[in-house]
Amino acid sequence: MWISVVLALTVLPAMFGLSLGFTDLYIKVLVKTLEWAALRIQRAQKVPAVPCHLPNGIIQKGDSSMEEEIVELRRMHPHPLTGGNFTLCDTFYFCKKGIESIVEDQVTQRFTSEELASWNLLTRTNNNFHYISMRVTIIWGLGVFIRYCILLPLRIILAATGLSWLVIGTTLVGILPNSNVKDRISDLLHITCYRICARGLSAKIHYHNKENHPKKGGICVANHTSPIDIVILANDGCYAMVGQVHGGLMGLIQRSMVRSCPHVWFERSEMKDRHAVAKRLRDHVADKTKQPILIFPEGTCINNTSVMMFKKGSFEIGKTIHPVAIKYDPQFGDAFWNSAKYSMVAYLLRMMTSWAIVCNVWYLPPMSQQDGEDAVNFANRVKSAIAHQGGLVDLSWDGGLKRGKVKESYKEAQQKMYSSMIVGISLKPSDMM
Amino acid sequence: MGSTNSTLSKIPNAGDLMQETGFSPAHIVRLYDRYKALDKDKKGHLCPQDFGAIKELAMNPIKQVCQEVLDFPSFVRILAHFRPVDKNRPKDPNSPEHINSRSNKLKFIFQLYDQDKDGKISRQELLQVLRTMLEKQVTEEQLESIADRTIQEADLDRDDAISFDEFRKSMEKVNIEHKMSIRFLR
Repeated sequence: MWISVVLALTVLPAMFGLSLGFTDLYIKVLVKTLEWAALRIQRAQKVPAVPCHLPNGIIQKGDSSMEEEIVELRRMHPHPLTGGNFTLCDTFYFCKKGIESIVEDQVTQRFTSEELASWNLLTRTNNNFHYISMRVTIIWGLGVFIRYCILLPLRIILAATGLSWLVIGTTLVGILPNSNVKDRISDLLHITCYRICARGLSAKIHYHNKENHPKKGGICVANHTSPIDIVILANDGCYAMVGQVHGGLMGLIQRSMVRSCPHVWFERSEMKDRHAVAKRLRDHVADKTKQPILIFPEGTCINNTSVMMFKKGSFEIGKTIHPVAIKYDPQFGDAFWNSAKYSMVAYLLRMMTSWAIVCNVWYLPPMSQQDGEDAVNFANRVKSAIAHQGGLVDLSWDGGLKRGKVKESYKEAQQKMYSSMIVGISLKPSDMM
Repeated sequence: MGSTNSTLSKIPNAGDLMQETGFSPAHIVRLYDRYKALDKDKKGHLCPQDFGAIKELAMNPIKQVCQEVLDFPSFVRILAHFRPVDKNRPKDPNSPEHINSRSNKLKFIFQLYDQDKDGKISRQELLQVLRTMLEKQVTEEQLESIADRTIQEADLDRDDAISFDEFRKSMEKVNIEHKMSIRFLR
């Protein structure tokens, strides 16, 4: 009897997109508690206040370019220099940069969870914090109890409900003949289930600029942090998902979803054929009655402090792109899926034992490829727009570097830049190679 | 809530290292985590290939920083050269100079050039460094003329090599403390 009351309280509001305000209240209490804890820690450690998040890692890095730094080094040189030329102190710059990358490099850093400047009372984020006081410890202990014994079971029930509703519902809807009614029911069903799943994560999502919401027949592009991104975005609209066919539970969900509205699932073998992939996406997008497709062009999960290179495939299709920026607030829970460290199940468990998932979603105005702009530049333009809106660092490194090596061409580009400082000015152009 | 001392105790000779290098316990723990992350095959030490895997380092013309096998204390000692100079640490005239003093920072860079450790940067050694930094971008003649010019400027006793004192003299006005320091944000 109790369970049905709880379920009614969650399912009904989810269907109509209403909120009972529980999550909001919970978040407010949480914020107050974390602020209190941060103050006590600061007082105990007697450290000056550090900015809330450290998106760029733990060492202080300068912003100036190679040229600026080397010119400054040379200015302090005793002998007047004629334009270019090499000086012994040039190596200081490279040495320092080298050591900085040894301690922490821009790429590896993006594949581990973002560090917090102040502890948020979760054991997993406790890197640097000593025993502070009895009170903080008690609150932490209370937090553990609440998260694991109260919130976790509740969340698991919610998530299970959401998913089973999705599978059963979509299968039932699939029986109906194709019609407008079917589409409407399918949309409602999808949104309800995703909302239930979001409740299952205690997600508080704030959508900005809803007028730019992706339209049918368009392509929605977003930065990727975890599989949860799908739940976050689908809470506010229906998308056609794109992905590989999986086996097991995922496969079951995929098969049933596709019965009620079209999604684009690829066999592993098809993924390798870029033209076939592009054709299927193009066909889907050309049909204006179908939902916009959701694509994550980075190709892999990044830790939400930066946006890495967008693969150009989705930008070659030639339709309007609707960029979306997603930024999670790491104070409440780390949403990044480190697939090397955690399996999907372990990851979901971590998600469900965090305080909450709080995030901001910005819908950016649609962009299309301009005349004379190639796919790579277009992709970079969209990437910058997303990074700028989300307050993320715009990197041009390829997310695939998680597993692969740097191309020789990057090294040569650096060397060319430096050599032009040395020989470019003092020698005539005809002397250069 | 437990303190970080449990992780610190996993690190051998942590106390001595802190004393020698001046890193705080938190920094030593971080460096240890980084050390273990770089040592992907869990060998217990770092070799040049491990550094080759760092993406940004692959682009850096200076890679000689790490040409030999490094264990954790050596790793920390190299990085300790780049600690910002402590203005508050009392200067005990009897103790050896701090590892991150101006003089030691200069010595570190000097040793990058002076491969055979004879106390002088010879023309050959300078050419070697230039070659690594520029590879195919510059011709051999250009490299030689650059090397000649550099030695001419710094070599005061005309022995066609740069000694540590000559090196230090030419770096007199350079703000080494700032240019060769890396500050931890926490």
